[in-house]
Parts: sequence; C-alpha cells; structure tokens
Amino acid sequence: MKKYFVVSFDNEYDLVDATQDFRDNGFNILDAFTPYAVHGLDKAMGLKPSRLGKICFGFALIGLTIGLYGQYWISAVNWPINIGGKPWNSMPGFLPIAFETTVLFAGLGTVFTLLWRTGVLPGRQPISFAPDVTDDRFVVVLTEELSSFKSKKAEAISMSHHAVEWHEKLESE
Amino acid sequence: MANHVESIREPLVHGNKNLKTITNDVLGITDKKPTRLWWIGFLLALSALTLGIVAVSYQIMTGIGTWGLNKTVGWAFDITNFVFWVGIGHAGTLISAILFLFRQKWRTSINRSAEAMTIFAVMCAGMFPIIHMGRPWMAYWMFPYPNTRGPLWINFRSPLAWDVFAISTYLIISAVFWYIGMIPDLATVRDRAKTRVKKAIFGFLSFGWSGSFKTWHRYETVYGLLAGLAAPLVVSVHTIVSFDFATSAIPGWHTTTFPPYFVAGAVFSGFAMVLTLLLIARKTLRLEEYITVKHIENMTKVIILTGGIVTLSYATEFFMAWYSGNGYEQFVFLNRAMGPFAWAYWIMVGCNLITPQFFWFKKIRTNMLMVFILTIFINIGMWFERFVIIVTSLHRDFLPSSWAMYKPSYVEIATLIGSFGLFFTLFMLFIRYMPIISIGEVKSVLQFKGRSGGKK
Repeated sequence: MKKYFVVSFDNEYDLVDATQDFRDNGFNILDAFTPYAVHGLDKAMGLKPSRLGKICFGFALIGLTIGLYGQYWISAVNWPINIGGKPWNSMPGFLPIAFETTVLFAGLGTVFTLLWRTGVLPGRQPISFAPDVTDDRFVVVLTEELSSFKSKKAEAISMSHHAVEWHEKLESE
Repeated sequence: MANHVESIREPLVHGNKNLKTITNDVLGITDKKPTRLWWIGFLLALSALTLGIVAVSYQIMTGIGTWGLNKTVGWAFDITNFVFWVGIGHAGTLISAILFLFRQKWRTSINRSAEAMTIFAVMCAGMFPIIHMGRPWMAYWMFPYPNTRGPLWINFRSPLAWDVFAISTYLIISAVFWYIGMIPDLATVRDRAKTRVKKAIFGFLSFGWSGSFKTWHRYETVYGLLAGLAAPLVVSVHTIVSFDFATSAIPGWHTTTFPPYFVAGAVFSGFAMVLTLLLIARKTLRLEEYITVKHIENMTKVIILTGGIVTLSYATEFFMAWYSGNGYEQFVFLNRAMGPFAWAYWIMVGCNLITPQFFWFKKIRTNMLMVFILTIFINIGMWFERFVIIVTSLHRDFLPSSWAMYKPSYVEIATLIGSFGLFFTLFMLFIRYMPIISIGEVKSVLQFKGRSGGKK
C-alpha cells in the first residue's frame, strides 16, 4: 500500500525551496498543486522539458501539407478551371490559405494533445489532496511505500521551510 | 535562492493585495447581485441587439436591395462595418500573444477582457459578409467540401476565399486561446462556489483542473506555443483583409502599402476600443487597483505609435498618387480630400491624426475621462477610415457616366447599431458571469516587486 505525505505552504518560494530539499533527501515527489505556474518549480521537481513543441511542429507540417496539396489537387487535378488565364497550379496564391491551415492544425493539435495527455477533459473530476490550491495554497505531495516512508525526516523538512500544514494519507482513503 | 527582481519597480497591482484578496476581488463581482448600472448597460445593449435582429431579418427576407448600394458603389456600409469590426478584434490577440512573447507582465490584468472583446468583435465582423451574400443560408458554399455539383470547388485564387479561411481560423484560435487561458480560473470559481448548480456548471467548464504542477508545466509550454502561433496569425488576418482591396485594380485600393497600413490601423482602433471598454469596466466594477493608471498609459503609448504609422500611411498614399504620375490615382485622392465625401475624409483625418497627439502629454494620459473621450474619437475616426477607403474609391471610377453617390438606408444604419448591440450584450454577460481578470496570471506577477514583499 502506498502512502501520501501532503505539505501545504502559503507562498511559492517556500514551496520551491522545500521541494528541492525533499528531492535532495531522496523523497519521491508525486506532484505539486499550485494556484498558478510557479517559476522554477519544474527544476525543483526535476521535470523534463515538455515535448509538446515537437508535437506542435508535427501538426504544423500536417496542416501545411493539407493546405498546399489540397488546394493544388482541387485547382489543378480534380477540376481545373481557367480563371483569368492564371495557371492551374497558382502556388503563390495558395500560400495565404496554406498559412492559415498550418496555424489552425498546429494550434488545435497542440491543445488537444495537451488536454488528452494531462487528462484535463470535460466531465473529469479534479484530484484533491488539500483544499484551496486554486486559491492561495501551494501543496507538494510525496509518495512512498508505507513501510519505507521516513515520516520524521519529512516533517522536519516541512517545518524548516515554514509549512503551514501537513498530513498523511493512505492510498485507499 | 536569490531574489528574482529587486524592489525598484512599481508593482503591477496596487492596494497591497495577497493571493486570497485577488480571488475574492475578481470573483466577488460575479457573487453579488448585478448593479443598477450593469442593468442599464445590459438593457441598452439588448435593445440595440433587438433592433439589429429586426433589421437583419427584414433585409434577409426582402433582399439586400433594401440597402443604399447601386451599380457603381457595390460595397459600402456593410463591408465598412466588416473591416471595422475585424480591426477591433486585433487588439485582444496583440495584448495576449505579442505582449506575452515580449514578456510585458502588465498585460495580465487586461488580457482576459481584451481576448473576450476580440472574439465578440470577430463574431460581429463575420456577420456582415454573410449578410452581404444575399442568401446567407448558402454560406457553407464558401468552404471546399465534396459536393454533388461536380464537385464544384471554390476559387482559391480569390482573396475573398482567403478571407473566409483567415477569419474562421482567427475566430477558432482566439476562442481556444481564451478558453485554455480561462480553465484554471474556472477551477477557482468551482472550488469556491456555494450552490450545487454553480459547482456543477463550473465543474464541467473547468474540465477537472486540479492545479497539478505537472499539468501547469505542460500548460505553460502550450500557452507559449499558442502565443507564438497567434502572433503571426493576427498579422495575417488583417493583411488578408487588405488583400480584398489591394489585389483589385481600383485606383485608391491598388497599393502595396495596404497590408502594414491595415494592420497598424487595426491595432490602433483595437486598442482604442479596449480602452473604451476597460475604462467602463474599471469604473463600474471598481477594478482601479488591478487596471491601474499605468495600464491605461501603456495602452495610450501603443496608440501613439500605431496612430503614427496610420498617419504615415495616409501621407504615403497621397505622395504615391502624385509621384506615380497616374491620372486616375491622382484624381481619386484629390476627390477624397475635396470631393463630395470630403466631410468623411476630414472626420477621418481629424480623429486619427490629431487625437493620438494628445496622448504625448502625461496630464492627459493620466486623466481617465480625457482618455475615454479621446478613444471614442479614435473609434469614430477608424470607422470613417474604412468608409472613406471603400466608398470614395468606388463612387467615381474610370467612366464619368457611371459616377454615382451613396447614401446608407435606415436598414444599414440599424444593422450597424445592431452589431454594437451584439458586441456589448456579449461583453456585459461576460463581465457578469466569467472571471474578467486572469486570476492565476495576476497572482503570478504579485511578487513582481521582489521577494521581500511577500515574506513574513
């Protein structure tokens, strides 16, 4: 059975310092819960940079291909129509729409990947370890097997970083 | 850990806020019963919208012969309104995306309402070309889809087809950007909701956002990517709108300066409209500590800059008309300044060239009533700019026998009033029911002054 150790702070700086301290002392950090994106917490938690930038680029390429090839196929292959003597493949004229489809695919693709990957989706219930994390509390959650958890050490670190509250929670609860 | 910023900067929000008071201040607006002032504004907007609905229904049932158009002036009021509203829609994305990329932290108090304004303005804009088609129920013909008529496709070489894609993409991406930015705040509303109905509604709208930092981490990446995508998008939209004119062979329209000229004009008019709305919201909702005088000042400075570019564009057009040696081009510009529509031209010049110059003075920039009045003049001036470009270029073309005058019919005027009604109705509902200031982002810049302020 797993055990969670939930520590709350009232400002971002204590949270970042404490998180760093927990990690340096070998604690396993499950996640942190904050009212806004705290600067520097990703380093303290040891999170790798997100790969969503590459996903975005991939979707942009798909959008560009669909935009360019789609217009070419429609205007030059499927039903070529002579409009003002312009070439069937009027590539420069296709660029504005190709740009728009690029942005559209990249934007929507990235956002849907984010929502799917983080599980932030319509109908989901929020996970909650401590109250007020969307208001003014900064919470870090440690997790370990029940038997191996060093409670005394975790409490000492929490205290030294001015934690306002901490409690333990079992997985089954 | 080292201090992030030294305490020499002026704080971005005033009144010694802490995290809790920000939540309560912003969401307190939606908890209370609406004020009398809000009801007056909402009912006024709703009446204008009703007038618009009646006018639009009438012209769709009867046909656009109810307008003042004729064979010579085939575009007038309707397209003027379209370009005007698209222009208004440019400030929101500029504030949320371009200022984000430039790390302008002061944007946090105003970006939410500016983005909402963008979406409502683009909705107003989109309405006009659809009505202009005469058979709006066929509007889906503008999109390329396999059909039973061949399939007969749209002409991708036409700037009007580019417009369809640009405006739709812009509307979709702005709406997504706005909503994604609002999810954390919707979760805040959910967590402090007292009634079960409100909890359920905002629980659904916030997609189960829990404040998890692993989510925040990816969310920040995506926010940056969306800002990077929206910045060129916003420039492309008004560029493409200007192509509607610039790619034609009409003197007065056929110029290569149109894209930058239109984009600068759009930002100019958009910022004026954001200021108009924010000054109202700030006063009626008592948000003076969040939307500070510094925010207003910064925006007036953007107006000085973009107003300068607009002035330069007017001068360039006249210079090129003379320098090109093209008689038709020269006639169009002399006709603009001295012909039968000279009154519209001089309203435009007066409002767009002279008004922004007042903002050079700090006394005027920091006087909220003066700023409010001046922005109204800019709104009027920018509407007339589009009117002047469209109508004066068309009404006296190459063949003097086909010259004509244009006078808007009451149906067209009612439609314009109706579009303002739609815009303000949506905005009033927004400031009543949604977090109008980005709570999360304002909290993140609270310590902007330096670390010492937040410590016990």
